[in-house]
Amino acid sequence: MPDVISCRNLRKYYSGVKAVDGLDLSVENGECFGLLGPNGAGKTTTIEILEGLTSPDSGDVEILGLTWRKNERQLRERIGISLQETQLTEKLTVFETLRLFRSFYRSGADPEDLLRDLSLDEKHDARVGKLSGGQRQRLAVACALVGNPDVLFLDEPTTGLDPQSRLQLWDIVQRFRQKGGTVLLTTHYMEEAQRLCDRVAIVDHGHLIALGTPADLIAKLQARNVIEFTSEPRLEQEAVQAIDGCAGVTAHRDGWQIRVHSLAEAVPQLIGAVERQGAKLVSLSTHEATLEDLFVSLTGRELRDA
Amino acid sequence: MPEKTRIRPPIIELASTRTKEFLREKEAMFWVFGFPLILALALGFAFREKPPDRVPIAVVAGPNAQQRLAALRKSSTLLPRVMNEQEARDALRRGKVSLLIAESAESAGSDTIVYRFDATRPDALSARQAADDALQTAAGRRDVVVSREERVHEQGARYIDFLIPGLLGMNLMGTGMWSMGFTIANARMKKLLKRLVATPMRKTDYLMAMFLSRLIWLIVEISVLVAFGWIVFGVRVNGSIVVLALLCIVGGYAFSGIGLLTASRAKSIEAVSGLMNLIMMPMWLCSGVFFSYERFPDSVKPFIRILPLTLLNDALRAVINDAAGIPQIAFQLGILAVWGIVTFVIGLKIFRWQ
Repeated sequence: MPDVISCRNLRKYYSGVKAVDGLDLSVENGECFGLLGPNGAGKTTTIEILEGLTSPDSGDVEILGLTWRKNERQLRERIGISLQETQLTEKLTVFETLRLFRSFYRSGADPEDLLRDLSLDEKHDARVGKLSGGQRQRLAVACALVGNPDVLFLDEPTTGLDPQSRLQLWDIVQRFRQKGGTVLLTTHYMEEAQRLCDRVAIVDHGHLIALGTPADLIAKLQARNVIEFTSEPRLEQEAVQAIDGCAGVTAHRDGWQIRVHSLAEAVPQLIGAVERQGAKLVSLSTHEATLEDLFVSLTGRELRDA
Repeated sequence: MPEKTRIRPPIIELASTRTKEFLREKEAMFWVFGFPLILALALGFAFREKPPDRVPIAVVAGPNAQQRLAALRKSSTLLPRVMNEQEARDALRRGKVSLLIAESAESAGSDTIVYRFDATRPDALSARQAADDALQTAAGRRDVVVSREERVHEQGARYIDFLIPGLLGMNLMGTGMWSMGFTIANARMKKLLKRLVATPMRKTDYLMAMFLSRLIWLIVEISVLVAFGWIVFGVRVNGSIVVLALLCIVGGYAFSGIGLLTASRAKSIEAVSGLMNLIMMPMWLCSGVFFSYERFPDSVKPFIRILPLTLLNDALRAVINDAAGIPQIAFQLGILAVWGIVTFVIGLKIFRWQ
């Protein structure tokens, strides 16, 4: 089975800024693939090159075995796209908007059915301008789904949405996959990538820095848990690294973030180390290791404010 | 099981959503319909028919003054007053009167009339003529040939007859350019154009649909203004309505093409507004909307004549006032069509979709 999406050695520079710098990706049929990275990592540029909206400076793109140069119209019939920030016409109703998009495709879903599937049937005759953020985003995804695509591209589909709207959107993506669809999405939410994606590519400064299933990636940390703590005065890095089972240390706000195998083992040692230095513990918190922690361990920066 | 939605061709969907969008935009409705009507009403009343002003003239006080005053008052175009010598000279110098009728001091006892005036003032010459006629007639002159006056009030020759076609042309220019320019720049700024090209939509469908929806409004817009001119000011369409409609459609599309070209690259509403004004301003001034461009020097007239608004205004006046048919406006129709086609093709070629 050939890859549904593949690109090799993709490069795109904007006036000296390397937005995408030699990227290779391949997405299998039926897979949900996540492009993960901080703002400015080149996610949007990458996805727009794959969508045929931006042309790369160099590199090859193949979608469903077709290329943008030779088969643009054919490809457009078979993929669905939700851009990061499209403002659909505010004066049109939800149904009018969806029917308009449906008219562009030779075959596709019935707008009425799709609105029902996406819980937008109550907003059938509401103006787009009156919709909430979550409803607008669902409509944007509806416009992407209305041509019954084989591949769905979603650029930051849940950015700025409330938790409930986010869950609704995840549900839509999962139902699309159950019908055999392939999804490529970008996000800077680790939780989203972990929940939705079969495989994740972490990108930073236009480079691929890690690739794998969320579980594999987290395993790369060689640590299941993360401790964040601050003390007064701050401990020396050596003292923190000396703790048994410490797989890595990164500066975190005024204190440290430590990746460890076992909390039961590390926490008493940590408290001991603080006491030995004559310092006072100001705060301590722990959580299970996430993709976010992997990003921190790979780049030394946090995702959201990187 | 609900009925399946009927899917119409994309060009129809695009045109109908575009039309609905416009219908729901109240401000746009005002600028297309309200504004030109208010303008026509205001200008129509400002320049409505009224008798010509009488020209003030001074009669220098003297033995003949009262007799002359009585004779001059019989003239319908003069407003004579008796003043003393110094007063009268000051009034003439300051332009308060156009003509001074002096007593002849040198040849005492004679009835010689002396007219004093500035020959560069146009009303001075006519006042001199009128005053002389009045005084000569009073003195007993008999006209050799009988003459009769016919005042021109004919429909088709008044200022409002000149103005209404000009406003119609100006409106077609404004709405044609804005409807394309604003919509395109707005859709580009909101990334709607980018979203549309991410579908299998044909790019020409999008632009042709804008033209199609424009056609509907064009017809409504023309009907409203023409009907208004007819009912309120009695400006009749002397030519054929069909020819007028054809002309408006060709003219309207020429401006849509220019609007498309103007907005083909602009990234913001501000940029497109500036460009639009830059293009429309010379035509507002030169193309004979409010006054005839015949007053411009002969050397620039050939350029003014091929400006799209001049072509449209000339042809509109020919059809509305002079009942011209297709052959008489073929030149204007042809050049307007060239403007529309050339700008549309270039606009489409350099169009920025993202």
